[in-house]
Amino acid sequence: MSARPRVVIVDDHRLFRSGVRAELGEEVEVVGDAGSVDEAVALILEQRPDVALLDVHMPDGGGVEVIRRVGEPAACVRFLALSVSDAAEDVIAVIRAGARGYVTKTISGPELAQAVRRVAGGDAVFSPRLAGFVLDAFADDRPRGEPGAPDPADHARDHAELDQLTPREREVLRHIARGYMYKEVAQSLGISVKTVEAHVSAVLRKLQLSSRHELSRWAMQRRLVSLDGP
Amino acid sequence: MASAQAPLGQSRARAPARLRRRPDSGALGGVCAGVAERIGAPSAMVRAAMVALTAFGGLGIAVYALAWALIPAGPASGGRAGRWLALREALGTVLAVFVAFIVLHQLTRGLRFGAAIGLVAIVAAMLGLLVVPWLVRLVRSLSLERAARIREQERADVAAHLHDSVLQTLALIQKRAGDPREVAGLARRQERELRSWLLERPGSDGRDTIAAALERAAAEVEELHGVPIEVVTVGDGPLDGRLEALVQAAREAMTNAAKFAGSERVDLYAEVAKDSVEVYVRDRGVGFDPQAIPADRRGVRDSIVGRMQRHRGRAEVHSRPGEGTEVELAMERGASA
Repeated sequence: MSARPRVVIVDDHRLFRSGVRAELGEEVEVVGDAGSVDEAVALILEQRPDVALLDVHMPDGGGVEVIRRVGEPAACVRFLALSVSDAAEDVIAVIRAGARGYVTKTISGPELAQAVRRVAGGDAVFSPRLAGFVLDAFADDRPRGEPGAPDPADHARDHAELDQLTPREREVLRHIARGYMYKEVAQSLGISVKTVEAHVSAVLRKLQLSSRHELSRWAMQRRLVSLDGP
Repeated sequence: MASAQAPLGQSRARAPARLRRRPDSGALGGVCAGVAERIGAPSAMVRAAMVALTAFGGLGIAVYALAWALIPAGPASGGRAGRWLALREALGTVLAVFVAFIVLHQLTRGLRFGAAIGLVAIVAAMLGLLVVPWLVRLVRSLSLERAARIREQERADVAAHLHDSVLQTLALIQKRAGDPREVAGLARRQERELRSWLLERPGSDGRDTIAAALERAAAEVEELHGVPIEVVTVGDGPLDGRLEALVQAAREAMTNAAKFAGSERVDLYAEVAKDSVEVYVRDRGVGFDPQAIPADRRGVRDSIVGRMQRHRGRAEVHSRPGEGTEVELAMERGASA
């Protein structure tokens, strides 16, 4: 991404919107902001930004509702959730609705700009908190240190693949949860930044497609199951 | 009964849909006037009917007395003195019940058994017609009142909490507006407190868990040194004596990071598995050479590494000058005794 990504900010607090606008500075081009779901949907469909920064909680539905209503017509728009919310189910719900990452509102300006660029480039952005949620949701059911555990039956493998993280993905997520940036994760694990990004994107895909029990439960609580269906 | 009077204008606007006595326009309890208003007939006609009923062994008197006792009084339309009206109402109601009993008693004594049963049935039916809707209304209004009271109480609880926490902090922030570091610390602490209140984390009171203890330790260090600490935990479990030591070691590591590293932020990550607990405390500060720990920083050797070893745990410090520090703590679970 050489050009500055075009960004829309969606949050029901005006003060926060102008704060984010100021923090993002010259690194990105903010093409508009919206304070409600209706406004946001209209704005995104009109502007077709590269990235929409979405508040998870808004009075009339929040980020999940915006993503659902924008839908197919703006498939090129990428969503990044930005929230103070601590509740895992809210964060997982917005990711499963289609957001490509989640960062907390305490993130610094330069870090946020970098996250926007990363999402605009098609990669996923995991904050330490999101990494923690994912590790929790994909907690290893089998006791550790048993590499010789019997393989699941072949026909179940397709599902198992989506429902489990590979040891490498787990290791990458643990580093992110520990506060490592992608570059530092790469250094620590002796792999390239590109590979780290590939692992994180793979985890995002699993997060969105897996039917793992915990994820389904969270999705159900947010009445998202209908979205997952045919 | 007289006390159930609604404000004047309000009931005037609403049509008199319910049967109400009109104590202020009648000579006695206002029963006839009320009935007349309800059915839309001149009150003289209702009074005449009542007198006619009295001819049947005094039935009219009984009916009137019962109606006085059971039909609630409508709102006063002004004119007569309120106190006199209230006194008349109170006396009248008692008297009416008394009279009703006497009359009914007299009536039934003079009648044959069948007729007596019939009369009792009529009176019972009338009573039912009058009393049942009144009871239903009473129950409904009581439950509405209860719901309103619960709502009000919840609102008061939330208001009290916000007052003790958020408003106090906002006041403090206004006072300390000149000190950005302190303001940030205050805001951060308040955020943490409000969030845990909203989520009502298990373990925040009563039985303690590892994650809750770590979060509390982080909050304390943050408060003392004004450096934000981002806490991420995966899994959780009950706290025991050895894990308490682990939390203390983590607290020391956070304190070091906040005090000496000059880092803008400290990250704490804890993973509680079935058989082990791992904690990482990381900062992006100045870093140091772990081989050459200054004499005044006994904290690392005694409070972190030594403490972990004493409790059969493990501590490693990864740091290089200029590259921040990460303290890694690990402990097996369940092996305590």
